[in-house]
Amino acid sequence: MLIGERGAVKTPLAVLVATGLPFCYIQRDRVEPRQTGFIIRTGKEGVLVSSVKEPPEAAPKPKVRFSRRGFIRGVGLGSGALGSGVLHQEAQAAPAAAVVGPGPAPITLQVNGKLHKLNLEPRVTLLDALRNHLDHTGAKKVCDRGACGACTVLVDGRAVYSCSILAIEAQGKNIQTIEGLASGPKPDPLVSAFVNNDASQCGFCTPGFVMAAKAFLGANRAPNYEQVKQGLGGNLCRCGTYMGIRRAVLEAAKQVQGGKNA
Amino acid sequence: MPDYSWPPMENRRVIGRRMSRLDGASKASGRAKYGSDINRPGMLFGALVTCPHAHARIKSIDTGAAEKTKGFAAAHIMTEPGAEIQWAGWEVVAVAAETEELARDAARAVKVEYEVLPHFVREEDLAKAGAQAKASGEQITGDPDQAFQQAEVVSEGLYGIPVLTHCCMEAHGQVIEWKGDQMEYWPSTQNVSGIGGDLAKQLKLPATNIHVMQEAMGGGFGSKFSSDRWAAACAELSRKSGGRAVKLFLDRATELQIAGNRPSHFARIKLGAKKDGAITGWQSESWSTGGITGGGMPQIPYVYTNIPNQRKNHSAVRVNAGPQRAWRAPNHPAASYLTCCAIDDLAAKANLDPLEVFATNAGYTARAEVYRYQLQKAAALIEWKKLWHPRGDPAKGHIKRGLGIGVATWGGAGHPSNCRAVIHPDGSVEVELGSQDLGTGTRTIIAMVAAETLGLPVGAIKVKIGDNKYPQSGASGGSTTVGGVSASTRKATMNALEKVLAAAAPALGTTPDQLEAVGGKVQVKGAPAKALAWRAACAKLGVTPVTEMGAHDPKNPMGLSTGNVGGVQISHVAVDTETGIVKIIKHVVVQDCGLIINPKTAESQCYGAAIMGICGALYEERVMDQQTGRMLNVDFDYYKLAGIADIGEIVVHLDIRPEHDKRGVIGLGEPPVVPPVAAIANAVANAIGVRVPVVPVTPDKVLAALEGRA
Repeated sequence: MLIGERGAVKTPLAVLVATGLPFCYIQRDRVEPRQTGFIIRTGKEGVLVSSVKEPPEAAPKPKVRFSRRGFIRGVGLGSGALGSGVLHQEAQAAPAAAVVGPGPAPITLQVNGKLHKLNLEPRVTLLDALRNHLDHTGAKKVCDRGACGACTVLVDGRAVYSCSILAIEAQGKNIQTIEGLASGPKPDPLVSAFVNNDASQCGFCTPGFVMAAKAFLGANRAPNYEQVKQGLGGNLCRCGTYMGIRRAVLEAAKQVQGGKNA
Repeated sequence: MPDYSWPPMENRRVIGRRMSRLDGASKASGRAKYGSDINRPGMLFGALVTCPHAHARIKSIDTGAAEKTKGFAAAHIMTEPGAEIQWAGWEVVAVAAETEELARDAARAVKVEYEVLPHFVREEDLAKAGAQAKASGEQITGDPDQAFQQAEVVSEGLYGIPVLTHCCMEAHGQVIEWKGDQMEYWPSTQNVSGIGGDLAKQLKLPATNIHVMQEAMGGGFGSKFSSDRWAAACAELSRKSGGRAVKLFLDRATELQIAGNRPSHFARIKLGAKKDGAITGWQSESWSTGGITGGGMPQIPYVYTNIPNQRKNHSAVRVNAGPQRAWRAPNHPAASYLTCCAIDDLAAKANLDPLEVFATNAGYTARAEVYRYQLQKAAALIEWKKLWHPRGDPAKGHIKRGLGIGVATWGGAGHPSNCRAVIHPDGSVEVELGSQDLGTGTRTIIAMVAAETLGLPVGAIKVKIGDNKYPQSGASGGSTTVGGVSASTRKATMNALEKVLAAAAPALGTTPDQLEAVGGKVQVKGAPAKALAWRAACAKLGVTPVTEMGAHDPKNPMGLSTGNVGGVQISHVAVDTETGIVKIIKHVVVQDCGLIINPKTAESQCYGAAIMGICGALYEERVMDQQTGRMLNVDFDYYKLAGIADIGEIVVHLDIRPEHDKRGVIGLGEPPVVPPVAAIANAVANAIGVRVPVVPVTPDKVLAALEGRA
């Protein structure tokens, strides 16, 4: 399986085929019933599946097929992605998940430093929780399949496609959305840099780009032009604002370094 | 009547400055609310049941099980049993439920039985189209037979450009809420003033009952003018749910299948010429599809319209796939691609430099001097003389570089537009238009025009657009917006200023015609010391604000806006002959333009258009499967768009010169999106020595062409 991980350059289909990497496409609600809460992480070489399966005998059978996309993207920026060894360790260390659902379950999300108690079906994605239940609409729903980056938020400082992580999996983590950037007295230097460099047109992809850039600059304090091009490869824009975005991210990096607005 | 004409270039303080867009911060910080961001109290979510078959008849529809699903609110049958469906993705039933997830559950529980009918979905081979292809009559000008007999060089080629989808980042859809017989409607549209009436027609309501609101919209590119069947369904779901708001936006797969596409164009083209490259004859057999209605002939030969001795045949091919919609410069990118590739191949056949051949034949264009100038300008910017080589890069190694040319033309004159300007006694200013900002910077140029006219800073102007209660302004299509809204805003603010000057004149001991508004003051012309601050001047209005209208009528543009621009782009590419991967090294855009209000956003249009063209040249296409009748790449993993790393250096040269400036404002949305596909395809041919006949130029096609399999 290969899914376009964050930071990956969009590659023509023919090249993917030529590389011989197996890939497939996860479809909505095609998850095996017993694989409740399973997690799929993409690694640099492809993907590693670490499912949190129910104990074979003890667990009650879920009444309905479970989540439509119970997977999380490993979304390391800059360095590409986590090595599969790290993923394996994480999988080993993962606690056995309590079985919840399919009905709404109480969950708590920490968004921009504030705790929100919600009652959500476990299949609700973080993106839908933010947009439909918390009115945080800065993260946009575009592809809804982890390909375009318009829904990018930060989870514990790392850029994540919020369409591809369940809200229930984001509990206990520090979720930062675009709304959290603008809450200070001054606009975030990235926002100012996007405006100065005309890095938005219709603007629908822009919050995702800003958040991806935020994570990228967090990991790459003094990037060069080439690094910016590669580091933001997990986001798509249809209006074609890439030229402005490149300049904006470089300008913001300089500002943050200079401590002008950090 | 005041003199509405634009101030001379040298006197402008705001127009022509590089202004950051006014809504940039609200978009970049996620505050801007798009239609799909609207959350209303008690809002329901809608979902569609769509037809999985490319050609079918509905036998029965059963919503019984759906109505029993948890959180179900309403169902609306959009297509009745018995109806024949002509493409996969057609909307059959709409449902609403308490959450987005529950709405999908309900949609899945709807049972629809189909009688599946034969389908045809792939048009690229005309010989296989059979009865699906319908030929239009042959068009002949001059004597093509004699021209080809006497030609010193004859070149032939096959060229194809596939169906693309619009890929608006924000899908089509809306939020609708009834309040009694009145409707609140938050669409994602290019047509704020018109879309309410369009929906009213579907629902058989008075247009006055529908209030349209749109702060921002996430891309349209020609696909978002009408309200569409899903808006009517959304309204029905809301009505059946006691008026509760319903949000219904297409999911990405449905969006890519049914919410519009750009028709394909294929053609076998033969050119005859003299040894020096002067074209003497054109022959083309073209075919295209835009869905079940087929597709029309592109306007070929493009730009070089006056090539003598033409024979043209065209077939419209009907396919069972989603219908075409206007796509940024409808038919122009295809026409440019077909024509420029044929000319490039002719140059190669005649052993001539294509730059010379494009220039030699400029006499066949409507604006020979413009194109000759632009060809030379673009050539200089790309370093043509230094970098060009005959077809097939002689350099050693597996990286081959090449140059290619594409040309464009477009109209872009302003559409009908009305503006209301209000100047309050406290000096504050509002301008209101039932227009929309697609991301082109419309808000910003309206404010700039008002600020220029009133002698105020841009920040002093409150621009109110995106509401059909404001004065009617045209839909944003065909690059017509900037010409329309700038002209109506100019007139409305100038009319309002006249009232302010009249009110202030007595206090300054003069007549209104002796006054001007400059630098935040109302002052006596030639005696700037005799002045009132703007606020003090407006205070003379008393207690009542001034409200004045301005209208732009395309039939009487009064010099404020015209159309008709040319453009030339040259691309420099590198092709890896081992992998077939094409990379853009540098891409030059030379764009003819009129009066540029905001060079910053005008350049962004050119950058964005070039990038969109790169997508079409190298990555994107709709892939249909004849076996199942369905579109295979209904997501952004396999419907390929360029990413930020795929774009090389882009150089934009706006041809801002006094003689162009005098033509008034001309839209720039479409023209620069026309030439890139031709330029890149020609650059690849120049690099590798053979033509890749059908774009996108993907690695497999490059390798096939190199091996003589194309």
